[in-house]
Amino acid sequence: MRRNNEKFHWAQRVLHTQAFRITLIFVFFYVVTATALVAFTWWNSQRSLDNQTDQTIEAEVAGLREQYQRLGVLGLSDVINGRVAQHGSGLYLLLSPSHSVLAGNLVEFPTSATMIDNYVIEFDYKRSMQGEEVTRTARGQAFTLQGGFFLLVARDITDQKMSRKKFQTTLPWSVGLMLLLGIAGGVLMSRNLLRRLDVITRTSSEIVAGDFSRRVPMTTGHDEFDTLAENLNVMLERNERLMKGMREVVDSVAHDLRTPLNRLRNRLEDMQRKLNPEDPHLDDIDSAVAETDRLIGTFNALLLIAEADSGMTRGSMTPIDLSAIVADIADLYAPLAEEKEIGLEVAPSGVLTIEGNRSLVSQALANLIDNAIKYTPAGGHIWVSAGETPAGIDLIVADDGPGIPVEDRARVLERFVRLEKSRNSPGTGLGLSLVAAVARMHEAKLSLGDNAPGLKTTISFPRTFVKKGARE
Amino acid sequence: MRILVVEDDLEAQRYLVNGLKEAGHVVDDAADGDTGLTLALSRPYDCAIIDRMLPKLDGLNVVAEMREHGNTMPVLFLSALSEVDDRVKGLKAGGDDYLTKPYAFVELLARIDALMRRRAPAAVKTKLAVGELELDLLTRTATREGQAIDLQPREFRLLEYLMRHAGQVVTRTMLLESVWEYHFDPQTNVIDVHISRLRAKIDKGFSTPLLHTVRGAGYMIRAAK
Repeated sequence: MRRNNEKFHWAQRVLHTQAFRITLIFVFFYVVTATALVAFTWWNSQRSLDNQTDQTIEAEVAGLREQYQRLGVLGLSDVINGRVAQHGSGLYLLLSPSHSVLAGNLVEFPTSATMIDNYVIEFDYKRSMQGEEVTRTARGQAFTLQGGFFLLVARDITDQKMSRKKFQTTLPWSVGLMLLLGIAGGVLMSRNLLRRLDVITRTSSEIVAGDFSRRVPMTTGHDEFDTLAENLNVMLERNERLMKGMREVVDSVAHDLRTPLNRLRNRLEDMQRKLNPEDPHLDDIDSAVAETDRLIGTFNALLLIAEADSGMTRGSMTPIDLSAIVADIADLYAPLAEEKEIGLEVAPSGVLTIEGNRSLVSQALANLIDNAIKYTPAGGHIWVSAGETPAGIDLIVADDGPGIPVEDRARVLERFVRLEKSRNSPGTGLGLSLVAAVARMHEAKLSLGDNAPGLKTTISFPRTFVKKGARE
Repeated sequence: MRILVVEDDLEAQRYLVNGLKEAGHVVDDAADGDTGLTLALSRPYDCAIIDRMLPKLDGLNVVAEMREHGNTMPVLFLSALSEVDDRVKGLKAGGDDYLTKPYAFVELLARIDALMRRRAPAAVKTKLAVGELELDLLTRTATREGQAIDLQPREFRLLEYLMRHAGQVVTRTMLLESVWEYHFDPQTNVIDVHISRLRAKIDKGFSTPLLHTVRGAGYMIRAAK
């Protein structure tokens, strides 16, 4: 069953390839042109054969007329009988005005004849061949001579007719065969192309998933696909080097800034410990420690954004359940919201598994809820939900606070941007930037909308990051 | 308690060692991985604090080697590297806890106290008690002086963690990490609000408070003296 499904799927994919479509178009034009060409050639040759027959007969008729004028009807009969005796391909019939046969190798005037042209007729006649009587077809001229005599001169064209008939029956078959071979060729070609392309697609999706060391495998054929693969690999090589460089930079920036920050904090703490609890300078040191911690917080947030953006964290993605994260983070923030007299409502949902980084997605959601609590006045509401959409899974945090004016919405996602009216509330100005970075890392779309009134923030995780049925 | 400190930044090492000594610990120090490993394998310690990046032998390898030799002493990693992947790597290599620089000394102290406490072979307990406050881990119920206290599941876990570390300072990040299993820094005082709710349930109406705030550090639950 599964195999059949797979085969069906494969076939469908082949039918949908560009290669197959191109082949189909090509086959169509090829068949039409070939058929037209063959038909035209055939028609032409038939016509010239007919012409030849007609001309031969014309010449013969002219000869016979002359004989008739010179020698009269008896002479004409002799000539005709002479020609019949030679067993040529000519057919003759000379009739008296009273329709009795005077000479020739036809027994009677054909009962039914088709008029082709002036004088030219086609007719069936009977002839005995090897003791059997067969019906054959002939083409010729029939006319009345002076004196009321009637002369028919014709040539047997049965063989021509037969081949014409054969051609007419074989033509559709050969067209069918051409179509069949063409389509089969198309399928083969598309399958081949698909196979080569699949390798590239698979490699690129592995790289997207975080394995930067993957390369497109090459064949020994050195064809255009190998050229493409080679170019891609050069590009990937460069990308990997850049990513590595980025990682090294982030790591060394982290290391080189954290070490002195650490010493700074150590010294301040040391002073805190050494000072007498009554010392008036202790307050200054306390606020210096708090300031240092804020600096560290900003630095950590920036570093996290850099990490999320650099794709370094791609390797740490696992199947995570968004509804569990929603429940957990809402649980974490519920008392805070309650203290501010804000209703925090969570829409229940089933298991919604995506491929993601639990810590970062949780932190993004925490930042959104944190912001909502910060900006929603007492008595307000916050709604948190995760739900499936046709495109994937949407994670939504909405509130009925003041919202963000349309013209500022794009700006607040930038780093360090804080709207004028929130300048004095605590925060690094990086909360939403981190949310944006986390969304980018998961190829999700972050949108700020109007909740009328309030702000509605949606992170739309695409289907590709949604794990159907994965429960872990 | 005997503590091994392996840290190559000498100034940081000095502060660390002094601070630990002031807190009453006996401290040995090493400035590179090789020396650190030799010390770890030759002397008995209750705990080791090891920097993630060390000359000669990387911090991860030091711990991996220790574990290979059957040494099970608790290890806390200090790291100045970026976070997300690194914590996982550190814990995979055999570390028991992980702290990113710059850290608050009280945070470090609380964590190694917790690590060393964890090491003491405690009998499997089904009941925890601090003073008159009792927590039944089987029936998931709490009582104080015989009065039942109604706790939400998360509050129960919070109280359980505090009581397992009774008499020790527990920091906000430790609570977030062990009760909520999150390793990030929430921008607001979410933990404080949870604590004040818990405090309202277990201390309100009783003569002596059990749940104390330790200024600049965190919280501690302990029986009245």
